[in-house]
Amino acid sequence: MAVLDILTYPDERLKQTSLAVDVFDPELANLVADLEETMDVGPGSVGIAAPQVNIFKRIAIVDVTPMVERARAKKRRFRSSHNGRMVLINPELLEQDSEATGREGCLSVPDYTGNVIRAKRIVLQVKDIKGDVKTYHCEGFESCAVQHELDHLDGLLFLDRLVSARELFRRKAHLQG
Amino acid sequence: MIEPGGQQNWYMLTVVGQDRPGIVAALTQALYEGGCHLGEASMMRLGENFTVMMMVTGATENTLKELTAPVAERMQLRIHIDPIRARLHHHREPDVQINVYGADRTGIVAEVTGALAEAGMNIVDLNSDVAGTEEKPVYIMLIDGYASQGIAALERALASLKDKGVDVRLTPVETLVG
Repeated sequence: MAVLDILTYPDERLKQTSLAVDVFDPELANLVADLEETMDVGPGSVGIAAPQVNIFKRIAIVDVTPMVERARAKKRRFRSSHNGRMVLINPELLEQDSEATGREGCLSVPDYTGNVIRAKRIVLQVKDIKGDVKTYHCEGFESCAVQHELDHLDGLLFLDRLVSARELFRRKAHLQG
Repeated sequence: MIEPGGQQNWYMLTVVGQDRPGIVAALTQALYEGGCHLGEASMMRLGENFTVMMMVTGATENTLKELTAPVAERMQLRIHIDPIRARLHHHREPDVQINVYGADRTGIVAEVTGALAEAGMNIVDLNSDVAGTEEKPVYIMLIDGYASQGIAALERALASLKDKGVDVRLTPVETLVG
């Protein structure tokens, strides 16, 4: 187990497309364990993707548990599904619908957060570390977190999807009008 | 690039003028040619005017005036320059968003922001607009802020505004870091 170094933008490597995993061996399990450890030391991080640690394979982890627990401690409603720790290998979006706006930041983009619009609900098919197929239904915050990580696998950052305060403003006003 | 760890003298450049194409391009080109660096900025069209608030460093106040004066002249802009105490890379992230809307009348902003300020709210970003028609104007405001005394304090403050004819909704901002 090891905490891996995080690539930070403007490192061009973050912009490359990662390749599918085709061997499900102990080495893969080790890599997933390292990713988990790296994610867990990140401040308030709910996900990580392999390309963020300079490994260009289609692997990501999402776990919104810290946010769920924080909301529970503060007795706040948290608009999110909660699938626990999801290991997403070769993930495919099967369905997506509706829109959710949220504020995002990224381990690879220090000192910046911005508003992003993503699909509110997604259905996702992935492989786990043994290569078995799994399906996840995600909603709200967790759905956004998964899409954030999937973007990394295609060389996209949340910076590619920023919406201006004005645009957000128009959408909110429209929703209420 | 601005040298890491270096001490910069920052200025806030404030620009207002009738909106027309090319204001940002002309202004930033003049500053670039004069060797200036830009920091954080907010630029927006407000009521047919174009407005700029922009952090600038890399020149003295007088040089900034000289660099921007021809642009101001050509594009009919009013430009104001203030020395400021400022640093980059110290964003304060909002932890709460507040939407306000209602039939437009005087005092909405003062009432809402007054109640929020008393309850410990620091505004990070505020956008407001008047929508609807001339006969029935609607005021809309979206505030991102930081609740220095916690969100519950803001909720209590906003509850006191319920009977004043404005709809106010508070949403905690849960920033996703991935």
